Amino acid sequence: MPTFVRTDKCDGCKGQDKTACMYICPHNLMKLDMDGSLTGHAMKSFNQEPDQCWECYSCIKICPQQAIEARPYADIVPLGASVQPLRGTDSIMWTIKFRNGTMKRFKFPIRTTPEGSIDPYGGKPEADISKIAESGFFVQVNGYRAGDPSELIKK
Amino acid sequence: MAGEFGNPEVIEEEVDILIIGGGMGACGAAYEIGPWVDAAKKQGVDIKVKLVDKAAMDRSGAVAQGLSAINTYIGSEQDPADYARMVSNDLMGITRDDLTYDLGRHVDESVHLFEEWGLPIWKTDENGERFDGSKGMTPLKDGGKPVRSGKWQIMINGESYKWIVAEAAKKALGIENIQERVFIVKLVNDKNDKNRVAGAVGFSVRDHKLFVYKFKACLLVAGGCVNIFRPRSVGEGQGRAWYPVWNAGSTYSMAAEAGAELTLMENRFVPTRFKDGYGPVGAWFLLFKSKATNAFGEVYMDRNKEMLDDYPPYGQAAVPASCLRNHLMLKEMREGRGPIWMDTVTALANLRETLTPREVKHLEAEAWEDFLDMCIGQCGIWAGENIEPEKKNSELMPTEPYLLGSHSGCCGIWVSGPTDVGAPTDEAMDGVPEHLPKGWNWGYRGMTTVQGLFTAADGVGASGHKFSSGSHAEGRMCAKSMVQFVMDNKDHTPELDTSVEDLVAEIYRPVRNFLEFKDYTTAIDVNPNYITPRMLQFRLQKIMDEYVAGVATYYTTNEHMLELAEAKLGMLKEDSLKMRAKDLHELLRAWENYHRILTAEAHMKHIQFREESRYPGFYYRMDKNFVDEENWKCFVNSVYDKETKTWTCFKRAHVDLVDKSKLFK
Repeated sequence: MPTFVRTDKCDGCKGQDKTACMYICPHNLMKLDMDGSLTGHAMKSFNQEPDQCWECYSCIKICPQQAIEARPYADIVPLGASVQPLRGTDSIMWTIKFRNGTMKRFKFPIRTTPEGSIDPYGGKPEADISKIAESGFFVQVNGYRAGDPSELIKK
Repeated sequence: MAGEFGNPEVIEEEVDILIIGGGMGACGAAYEIGPWVDAAKKQGVDIKVKLVDKAAMDRSGAVAQGLSAINTYIGSEQDPADYARMVSNDLMGITRDDLTYDLGRHVDESVHLFEEWGLPIWKTDENGERFDGSKGMTPLKDGGKPVRSGKWQIMINGESYKWIVAEAAKKALGIENIQERVFIVKLVNDKNDKNRVAGAVGFSVRDHKLFVYKFKACLLVAGGCVNIFRPRSVGEGQGRAWYPVWNAGSTYSMAAEAGAELTLMENRFVPTRFKDGYGPVGAWFLLFKSKATNAFGEVYMDRNKEMLDDYPPYGQAAVPASCLRNHLMLKEMREGRGPIWMDTVTALANLRETLTPREVKHLEAEAWEDFLDMCIGQCGIWAGENIEPEKKNSELMPTEPYLLGSHSGCCGIWVSGPTDVGAPTDEAMDGVPEHLPKGWNWGYRGMTTVQGLFTAADGVGASGHKFSSGSHAEGRMCAKSMVQFVMDNKDHTPELDTSVEDLVAEIYRPVRNFLEFKDYTTAIDVNPNYITPRMLQFRLQKIMDEYVAGVATYYTTNEHMLELAEAKLGMLKEDSLKMRAKDLHELLRAWENYHRILTAEAHMKHIQFREESRYPGFYYRMDKNFVDEENWKCFVNSVYDKETKTWTCFKRAHVDLVDKSKLFK
């Protein structure tokens, strides 16, 4: 399901040096066509290698203009379906359109804390250098499973 | 000077620790390392850490798309030894119990942090009803009950899993210590000690810049290996690999070239998934209690169950090894009783009988979320083929082979394990090259056999089933031991064994090939002087598929086919020097494919060396189509000589550190 960029919606992220989709694509697929020489559409982005697209939807989810969609793989899937998300800060909404017109909508939570709110070491202890060669981490949050010593038959 | 295409600006930087990669393992290391660096500073040792990712950490690595479950959560009710036993049996008896046990005791710590950071984790209430992770129920660390979709798995609302874990990692390490969109392609050994790593080189995929890092230690966590075999979909759909298409074997190949000992590179994973979209089946089997059948509605795990007795004891555990489940399914396909169906209709009908209408609606959402969280393309296929799972069953299919150190895969790098679980301190088998360690630990947890080179997650061999949480925990373990290593080596000054000039020439060779020859022909892709990375990848995939037990031969090979593969891969490796790169994007692909070739070669050499078929259902040596416990219940390990470009394979003894017979009682 390679992604595609709609010419009527993409604004090239308003002329910044890189677009949101270029920033996020894990496989370096999205490219901004600065002068239109590659696509005929200047200052819009495009998927430069559609057959390497994992359809992870990272670009679709991040696009501030909702300009990116996915067209199911042409070599596998009958035409006419679409799966489109709208990702917010705490939930994501999905609209699924079947080839036969059936529609399904789902909303799922994505995070329980405000974006950007993680305080990685807040309330956590310092590391104890005397324990650097022992098992365990600098902080224990009730998840270390010491194990039944009798299970270790070679010890 | 500003760089230009073919003549990059060279940036040299010295740090103490370099983290190569941005996935779960790297994020774990980035989080854990801060307090230990602070503690070292109090001892008078200043440690500078840098992380380099070829993508953007918010969405890099195997969790980029999200996940619908955390597949390794031990919980207070199980013992790390139970986990070590399960992993061992699933991988046909040959795993490092020290590594799996150690992961089992640490992994829940990371899961508890994920929940604290904001990852929604499903819970059950006292009546057993399921709730999604946004309902503010008791956290796991305080005794909240997760929704188990299997003995080890817990369900999550994981669309933003990686985003959350990356936020913590980035804040912990500091954005100024993170370099994104730089692809490290080669490690450099130390000038004064060829068994030590001293540096790494890579390039920006955005600017004409080449980076040369020098360091005392590095964590190489660049994922597993995808697309060395011809995939079942060869058009647009080739991107729809089961594991992420950007995992190019960089971890294994860079480590091998630096001299690190690899282990079990013959192992591969052939997951059975929903056909074409490769959507996950775990929740369908375990949570929704669905059955898989042949074309006639017969459950092949029942129909063919006596085949499990051919592989004692691995077929006789309550949950037979994953490869054997494939083995039973492949019999149906080979004998013409396909297609294989996931009977979603019956499963959902059965569940509806006991559920309220509200719960039925929730169940439908759960079924779709399973795909939408981690494999959206499968939803596209269902929508395109008008499949609603309560009305129409879906086909299953075994995929093309994948190489990885997690799931039901255990290839990777031989690393130093924990010292407190009774692991061997000597080697019982002959033939291990003299310069390599004897026992299973040599001072620093997670260090490879190369001084200063550490790995975690998909990099660590002989210990599968880490998944996202275990990979994070392994990265954290390495963070500690790297700090320890740097403190112990604080006066060491790394020196590269290759000049920067030579490194630049090597890395930019595909660009120079292009610039030198591009005007020889009128068609940019057809030129006798170079090969495009894309065509080189096709050649690799064709060789591996047809000779090294890909889907073309129903996963079968033999010594004669492997001999041909070896010759063809040899020429392919020679021709890799003639790859072209017409831009930085293609230079990225060129190096990814070089890494794929070396990884594929290791896979082929190991299959050739292991004279049995240890993983029936994943691959068959038809000339040795049996499991030989007497001669081959051992690790097959190897080292690569970057000068002669040849592999040396050898055996290491396998030892059980936990009692496996408990699986069969």
